[in-house]
Amino acid sequence: MTTVEASGRRLEDQHQHRWRRFKSGAMSALAVLSAAAVILPLGFVLFHLLLQGASSVNVDFFTRTPAAPGSPGGGMANAIAGSAELLALATALGAPIGVLGAIYLSEYSSPAVAASIRFVADVLNGVPSIIWGVLVFGVVVVPMHGFSTLAGAVALAIMMIPLVLRTTEEVLLLVPGGYREAALALGIARWKIVVHIVVRTASRGIVTGVLLAVARISGETAPLLFTAFGNLNWNLGLTQPIAALPLQIYTYAVSPYEDWHRQAWAGALVLISLIFLLNLSVRFLTRAKRL
Amino acid sequence: MKKALLSLSLACVALCVAVAGRAETALNGGGSSFDQPAFAKWFEAYRKVDPTVTFNYQANGSGFGQSALLSQTIDFGASDFTMDDQKMAKSNNGPVLQLPIVAGAVVLSYNLPGSPKLKFDGETVADIYLGKITKWNDPKIAALNPGVSLPNSDIVAVHRSDSSGTSYIFTDYLSSVSSAWDSSIGRSSTPKWVGGIGGKGNAGVAGQVKQLPGAIGYVELAYAVQNKLPYATMKNRAGKFVEASPESVSVALGTATIPDDFRFSMVNAPGDAAYPIAGPSWVLLYQQQKDAAKGAALAKFFKWVVTEGQKISPELDYAPLPESVQKRILAKLASVKS
Amino acid sequence: MPLPAEKTELEDSPIPVGKAASPWGNATFRSVALAAALVAVAILLLLVWQLVSDSLPTLRAFGLKLLASEDWNAGAEEYGALPFIYGTVVTSAIALVLAVPLSIFTAVYLTDLAPVWIRQPLVSLIEMLAAVPSVIWGLWGIFVLVPWLRTAVFPALRAVLGPIPGVGSLFSGPIFGLGYLSAGIIVAVMIVPIVTAVSREILRSVPNLQREAAYALGATRWEVTRIAVLSYARRGLLGAAVLGLGRALGETMAVTMVIGNSPQISASLFAPGYTLASVIANEFGEAGADRMYTSALFELGLILLVITVVVNVGALLLVRAATTKGGSRFA
Repeated sequence: MTTVEASGRRLEDQHQHRWRRFKSGAMSALAVLSAAAVILPLGFVLFHLLLQGASSVNVDFFTRTPAAPGSPGGGMANAIAGSAELLALATALGAPIGVLGAIYLSEYSSPAVAASIRFVADVLNGVPSIIWGVLVFGVVVVPMHGFSTLAGAVALAIMMIPLVLRTTEEVLLLVPGGYREAALALGIARWKIVVHIVVRTASRGIVTGVLLAVARISGETAPLLFTAFGNLNWNLGLTQPIAALPLQIYTYAVSPYEDWHRQAWAGALVLISLIFLLNLSVRFLTRAKRL
Repeated sequence: MKKALLSLSLACVALCVAVAGRAETALNGGGSSFDQPAFAKWFEAYRKVDPTVTFNYQANGSGFGQSALLSQTIDFGASDFTMDDQKMAKSNNGPVLQLPIVAGAVVLSYNLPGSPKLKFDGETVADIYLGKITKWNDPKIAALNPGVSLPNSDIVAVHRSDSSGTSYIFTDYLSSVSSAWDSSIGRSSTPKWVGGIGGKGNAGVAGQVKQLPGAIGYVELAYAVQNKLPYATMKNRAGKFVEASPESVSVALGTATIPDDFRFSMVNAPGDAAYPIAGPSWVLLYQQQKDAAKGAALAKFFKWVVTEGQKISPELDYAPLPESVQKRILAKLASVKS
Repeated sequence: MPLPAEKTELEDSPIPVGKAASPWGNATFRSVALAAALVAVAILLLLVWQLVSDSLPTLRAFGLKLLASEDWNAGAEEYGALPFIYGTVVTSAIALVLAVPLSIFTAVYLTDLAPVWIRQPLVSLIEMLAAVPSVIWGLWGIFVLVPWLRTAVFPALRAVLGPIPGVGSLFSGPIFGLGYLSAGIIVAVMIVPIVTAVSREILRSVPNLQREAAYALGATRWEVTRIAVLSYARRGLLGAAVLGLGRALGETMAVTMVIGNSPQISASLFAPGYTLASVIANEFGEAGADRMYTSALFELGLILLVITVVVNVGALLLVRAATTKGGSRFA
């Protein structure tokens, strides 16, 4: 091997090394750019929500019902109340079923049954939300002869059940087995152990899971289209169509009226604030625990 | 925390029950977006006549009005095309009344720089919606509009994505003026469109036209006026260019012969002053009402609509029904039983 | 997000021991819990039964022709699902092409590259992104994104890519703003959080030993990521992508608002189209009384359900195989 050859190879190595370092740097830069690109739309959407929506969030917005199309003024009071009622009802219907189902999975069932129900819940979580509207239209709206609060709440509750079931089960599995054994040794009935010890121990986690599910369904529009249906007036009755914030945003967004566009932005700002608030309280609940 | 949530939801349910228990008749309607602006004004005015009745009208399209009435998910429907006997036979709840409540114009509205006032004839509009004319500066459009500077941009033809009476009136007109249209697409509330973009309801179409430069769409006159969208004057059967207005629709309505079942068309009407793309809109309700209170409230409201309500139609850019027709409708409304 | 159990004030609420041995308490509670767990199964069965039984009229009348026909014309009783299936597949494909690389790179950044102080805030931001509802993306799409794409981005794309033979046909023809590409971009934004979150979980489950071994061989940072992390985790990352696909296929409101709602099949990505979910959203309400029309829409729902369930189950299996403690909670 001559020195010329050796130094040539060394030079080549150096080149290659430099190239590899450059490639590594470029890829790292690409990763940073990707992360930035991912966050960018969030920044834009929040910016526009504030820009377009903030000026229309006023007292009227929270206290009045929609004005006739094309005439200015009006608000989304009925839609905000409607969304609150739909969410409360959906939670009242869906959360207990989800929690109880999770209790069965973690406390009673055999691993095989638990695995299959968990799998079913995962499948349900993956079903597009519009499909739930179709189902509820068939099983609630048509038999009841009318769009209704109840139908909308059922559609949302159906979405909540598998969400709550999965999160609750995870929390229940975190409760140390020793608690159960100790209580059993004291001769306490199994169901009382579950209710008073296991669920109580995990209660914060369960509430967190329910809140996450509420946050998840609170922006849903598709399942409400032909169940809750929307309403331009006040209605809080169970058997009448009811307004909901996401539905109203949709109707207003695709309309030609500038006043409605403004209100759609305002409604979106209120809706997203509500959702972020729910997520924040979840964070608060989980954070408080860690301390 | 759980208890708090529980009591909160209980309080909410109690509130709902309390509100639902109030002595109010809530009427749910849906369908035609063609006459939603009219309904909105009527509901507002009717509050002074009878404050105990509240209305919820969802403009989901005429097809929705018919289907939702037939599946009995609403108390009344509205549609700008009538149900044929075959469709009427699907009712499980006895005969359905189809009563005209207003007539209106369908205008071609567009989004062009400077919003020039354009003139169209049926052939040109048919060619646009058949995809034969694709540019705004097409010679055919230019020939109708001498002196207007038309851009060399693509035409976006906006149509309805829902089953629509406005679509029916529009295609009914195009079929009567263009043999190419009649043989390929024909009259339908859900025509098979050639390309273009779909919008839901008159509001959806107007919304698209407003948003998209180069767009053209057919909407009820009130939607164009309310949103300050320019719309074309149309060449009518007599060869005159006519502006859409309550008056020119009234002329067209006056030429129509209205049979006993009120199913009629008034497109491409004769007469120098008749606007050619016009049509009535019908309310749909069951002759035999299941709920006595709702039935009575419905009959009372629509009696008001076809009499007093007609007086405010023109200010909403709709043509009122002639008195002779009003009397015939009142007679039918008297047959509503509950 | 971990959901920690709470070990608190058990002592201030003594368990009412009372009639401890009530024989019915246990059985009753157990059956109530069982019933609740079975609700999930019942919902799935009800859903399948409802969709299948209501699809039967068109299934009987047209069989599989519905899947292959291009014509959707309710007035003439022609029901072809092809334009909707096509639109669903095309928008989802666009979304995947855009979202998957971005998400995986972001996940790599989060697990291997980013300074520690930046990781948690970034994760929180991505969670916020996930929380934005579909209808708000649609609103933003109509008034902000689409006008920008129409005036700035699409003409440039057409000018640059349009003349290339082959690929060019995807980027040609008139630009309306509304169409497959706009819808695909919005869907991409919407599936980025889930793909990123699952990818991150997958990358975190790659043993550190892998990385250390690669470093020991003198690999650069990127080489470590590529050889030791990405190729090790590729099956799980595929699962993450497929999970994103499951989301994309069923996305409804935002897509309905920006795709143009026109049942046609066009090669150009600028052209307006339609998807299974959006045609159901637009037309389902009016179908009520017409048996065939309703049935056709139910069948579209059934098609959508079958596609999404198959995709999701595939994703679940891939992700589950890749993570030790079952990443399925993301589904």
